Amino acid sequence: MKKIEAIIQPHKLEEVREALKTIGVDGMTVAEVRGHGRQKGHKEIYRGQEYTVDLLPKVKLEIVIPDARLQETVNALAAAARTGKMGDGKIFVSSIEDAVRIRNSDRGEGAL
Amino acid sequence: MKRFVVLLFGALSVLSPVTAQTPPADPAAAIAKLEAAVTAAQSAGDNAWMLTSCALVLMMTGPGLALFYGGLVRKKNVLATMMQSFMMMALITVLWAVVGYSLAFSEGLPFIGSLKYLFLNGVGLEPNGDYAATIPHQTYMVYQLMFAIITPALITGAFAERMKFSAMLLFMTLWALVVYFPLAHMVWGKGGFLNAFLGGKIPTFDFAGGTVVHVSSGVSALVCALYLGHRHGYGREPMKPHSVVLSVIGACLLWVGWFGFNAGSAVAASGLATSAFVNTHFASAAAALGWSLGEWFRNGKPSVLGAVSGCVAGLVAITPASGFVKPMPALLIGFLAGLICFFAVAVLKGKLGYDDSLDAFGVHGVGGTLGALLTGVFATNAINNALKDAAGKPLPLGLVDGNPGQILNQFWAVLLSWVLAAVATWVILKVVDGLLGVRVNKDEEVEGLDLSQHGEEGYNFEG
Repeated sequence: MKKIEAIIQPHKLEEVREALKTIGVDGMTVAEVRGHGRQKGHKEIYRGQEYTVDLLPKVKLEIVIPDARLQETVNALAAAARTGKMGDGKIFVSSIEDAVRIRNSDRGEGAL
Repeated sequence: MKRFVVLLFGALSVLSPVTAQTPPADPAAAIAKLEAAVTAAQSAGDNAWMLTSCALVLMMTGPGLALFYGGLVRKKNVLATMMQSFMMMALITVLWAVVGYSLAFSEGLPFIGSLKYLFLNGVGLEPNGDYAATIPHQTYMVYQLMFAIITPALITGAFAERMKFSAMLLFMTLWALVVYFPLAHMVWGKGGFLNAFLGGKIPTFDFAGGTVVHVSSGVSALVCALYLGHRHGYGREPMKPHSVVLSVIGACLLWVGWFGFNAGSAVAASGLATSAFVNTHFASAAAALGWSLGEWFRNGKPSVLGAVSGCVAGLVAITPASGFVKPMPALLIGFLAGLICFFAVAVLKGKLGYDDSLDAFGVHGVGGTLGALLTGVFATNAINNALKDAAGKPLPLGLVDGNPGQILNQFWAVLLSWVLAAVATWVILKVVDGLLGVRVNKDEEVEGLDLSQHGEEGYNFEG
């Protein structure tokens, strides 16, 4: 099993969900997060006080999938999340040892 | 409608010869009855407007100021900040009923009233001819109360996010007793030192509270900011307003409420009230443009917070002048207030380095001072002819009427307000600091005043 963590632009969330649904990936966990990579933040001024906002709003998706589906899923996700500009985000892949379906205690890939 | 009027006149012309032929049995009694009816009608009209104004001015504190200030602080202090405004609605009301109105508006010394109206003794439904001859004395009393509420609430902007709640209550109680009630007496009370209309030594024009409300609160705010010192992390951590949206709503409520504040200060539903209403609106509009332009030139973008701060600055500056000037000077006063208060807040504050968290001084102290001085320039008896010489001829008011000395009178009144507010505030802070400590400790400040002072959070989305 592999875990895909994708940090994407918030406005790309719906497109990514659609793309994943199309290839049959329909389970995911989504969190609103803040962060930055190479993309620079922006400047805000409130009554003469300047603030540089480095941490920008992003959306983080977590998807756990069987090993066999990894490439297909990563490709679909990246294609849907891409605008071609800085700030599009990153995808991280890691291995998962086990999974448990809480409802009936299924284990491993059967629990996904 | 027109046809109805024609019919009515037709009917009257048929009837009138008959009524003329039968004069009332007692003409004097009939005239007295008519006069009583006219008086009652005027009283009804004036009282309706004054009670409406009264409610409008209370709306300025809650929700107006509470939202305006509440939006400007960080999320962890939103409730505590709103509470500071809200509590003034409770605390000052009780104080006013017991002793405040008496100290401010009963005849006494030039600098403070007496205890004649203690517990509102003698403040009933009959008008008080000295202040407002056509409305119940209690209407006047409760209208003035709303001013006494918002003035200390304005100060809370300076010490936002770091003052202990208990200390704030004690500070405000003492501040009302030592600064507000005496100053209101001096400017508006009968026999007050600065009262131009009721026997003052230095005749000052302050229609709705440039000195009494805005200079006093603004200067006290500056002293509070200096005494309490910076918020923890000031200049290093971001202290962005958590919701400019709330501030926009609050500022718009202030704009609307201010019609009660200024036009209500005519204490009648009169032409003078209309004049003050128009001036108030014009100054606010021009000031919003002034601040926005200043920001646009300096920062490259006109911010929403800037535009609404500008409108408040304009409302502040026109307050003393609102019942004395013509509409075009009102536009000018507003525009200047927008530009100058922007400069005070965005440039001067940074240079001087004090942490007036929500700019109570930059907007109210600076705008109030500007407005009070410009009132001496633009006040004219073409708008307000209440001051008359022995022969009943209206006296010249400001520079535009050929009375340049009035600017000096205004200056003395402003100076007296500055000194009283600054010295008294510092002494009160010392006393309160000794008794309770004025600041929360560092942990409480970092945690936020909502939790540390009130045990609540403003936003419970998971709830």
